[in-house]
Amino acid sequence: MNNRPVLLLLVFITLFITPVTVHSTPEVKEIINKANNAAYYAGDDGKAQVTMTITDSQGRQRTREFNILRRDSADGGEQQFYVYFKRPSDVRNMVFMVHKHIDRDDDRWLYLPALSLVKRIAASDNRTSFVGSHFYYEDVSGRPPLADTHELIEENDTYYVIKNTPRAPDSVEFSSYTVWVNKSNFMPMRAEYSNKTGQKYRLVEALEVKTIQGFPTVVKSRVADLLDGGETISEFSNITYNIGLDEDIFTERYLHRPPREARQ
Amino acid sequence: MKYLLAPFLVMLSCLMPQSASATLRDTLYDNYQTDFSSFIEVRNGWRTDRNQDEKNASIAEARLQLDLSTDLTWAILKLKSDFVGDLVEEETRAELRDFSISFSPLDFVDIRAGRQIITWGTGDLLFINDLFAKDWESFFIGRDTEYLKAPSDALKTSIFWEAVNLDLVYVPVFNGSKFIDGTRISYWNNLSGTIGDRTNTLRDEERNRFGNDSEFAARLSKNIDSIELAFYLYSGFWKTPEGINPTTFDLIYPRLTVYGLSVRAPVLGGIGNIETGYYDSRQDSAGNNPFIRNSEVRLLAGFEHELATDFTGAFQYYLEWKQDYDQYEQNFTGVKAADEYRHLFTVRLTRLLMNQNLTFSLFTYYSPSDHDAYLRPKASYNISDHWKVEAGGNIFIGRDDQTFFGQFEDNTNIYASLRWSY
Repeated sequence: MNNRPVLLLLVFITLFITPVTVHSTPEVKEIINKANNAAYYAGDDGKAQVTMTITDSQGRQRTREFNILRRDSADGGEQQFYVYFKRPSDVRNMVFMVHKHIDRDDDRWLYLPALSLVKRIAASDNRTSFVGSHFYYEDVSGRPPLADTHELIEENDTYYVIKNTPRAPDSVEFSSYTVWVNKSNFMPMRAEYSNKTGQKYRLVEALEVKTIQGFPTVVKSRVADLLDGGETISEFSNITYNIGLDEDIFTERYLHRPPREARQ
Repeated sequence: MKYLLAPFLVMLSCLMPQSASATLRDTLYDNYQTDFSSFIEVRNGWRTDRNQDEKNASIAEARLQLDLSTDLTWAILKLKSDFVGDLVEEETRAELRDFSISFSPLDFVDIRAGRQIITWGTGDLLFINDLFAKDWESFFIGRDTEYLKAPSDALKTSIFWEAVNLDLVYVPVFNGSKFIDGTRISYWNNLSGTIGDRTNTLRDEERNRFGNDSEFAARLSKNIDSIELAFYLYSGFWKTPEGINPTTFDLIYPRLTVYGLSVRAPVLGGIGNIETGYYDSRQDSAGNNPFIRNSEVRLLAGFEHELATDFTGAFQYYLEWKQDYDQYEQNFTGVKAADEYRHLFTVRLTRLLMNQNLTFSLFTYYSPSDHDAYLRPKASYNISDHWKVEAGGNIFIGRDDQTFFGQFEDNTNIYASLRWSY
């Protein structure tokens, strides 16, 4: 039997298909993983000064100012966060520390300097307000990609638009959320949340992105409560990556003795 | 003059523009690497029940706190002091809460020397292995919870190895807890079988001999994944005067050694903790001296869980088990003997509202064996980033006069405060 026609066909298919694969849309899972890395895992570690301006539905404003240190054990994997509060004065010098895990609940600690007390905090609900702002804990440390199923619903010149549906709907207050991921750097630029009645009620957006040490970085972001009109704007400054943070900083020792990196 | 202090402080705080305080802070930080913060507070409280010889006002004070911390590169200096105008005790006083230096002589060693607040252990407003000084009076009259912890004049050395961490605390001269002596809260006198108040306050024999009356505390701790394990040792004295000098009837602080351990870990979506300690009352090892408290086994188990968004519940069970109870009963000389077991339950409920600016909390102690309870309801509201208003109560309920919370029944009080911080 002569196999040549089959071989030619195979060669033809290979030649024809390969270029198509290269130009095609990456798997939605890959987009999500890249977006997760771009938003939460830039560099091996980093620090930033954060100012949150919280405006409630009545227009009253509060501010929160803190320094945040982050260290990655591996991209897309475990991380440690150290948040050192500077303002307002009733939370001054408090420390909030998180060991983020992938396969189990995060570990969280709160250090209250007036009592010299290291308090452990349950991390069962990640969708509660972070320090009274419209940001949730999960917005600060990232929602695990595996918590949702993802569907690419639109692709235009600038964005991949992905709809995310929670695998455990009872554990969250939304029914789904849609994320706009910038195609050039995979930075998630906008997320719209729909509640159980299908109404859009929450918007998270990157207002300003800068490239810092080669990493695209959100330097201003906003969360809006679309139902009551309240919002929180976060501004990030003094951002530095790859500062060589020691893993020891994220232990009880440094709750009692905040490291210089966190205080400055 | 001192009666004018409270309104004067409030006026001062109103007059001081925010921008001026912010500039002062920046100047201190930029030129002297000194971090500065402060608050001014007025707090008033009233007894709900006036049938005994205590003042109507449970608390009436104005307080200014200054908190300074300087980074000397090789060390950090801290100074924190309160200045109080107290209308109940009719005095003005300074309370030095922190005056310490911290440094690391070696990579893996931290030292902090001087006056400082030290805390360890896993209980929530219950303490087994935390034998550092407390101020129970502040707690019961409605000061901020910060004041439950009294400072210690101590040398704290912490050593961090790969395998374990070790904290060693040496207190050269005994720092006792501020106990209830009748000055502001009345108490049960088990010798006379009556309630004592400010007309017959308790006297204690101070332990103040350098070296001889020193305390030593150690903690060996280790984290295994998310589980926190710790072993404790304390060698010193009962922190409240749990003995009586039979000749003078003054209260004394008998010798005490405590061995303990604790475990804290995430469990069932919340945080669980277990802590235990053996209280060896060394001056009454056999338990037959009626003037000194017997040895005890203490145990607590707790669980905290988020009940709903911004709503947290916590539960604890706590046990005090008197050792050598037969000896205690045979030799008891007072009016009413205590039970062999004191069981205690606590429940804490915390609800945050209005972007977490409004907090309602209730902490309840309830003892089924003593038939008494202590409730601490509190509401606080952050009016702005600088102003905070708070109101709460200390409610004591008891069937009998001799039980721990029952003796305070006539001291039930409510309070309100206003604080300006910057």
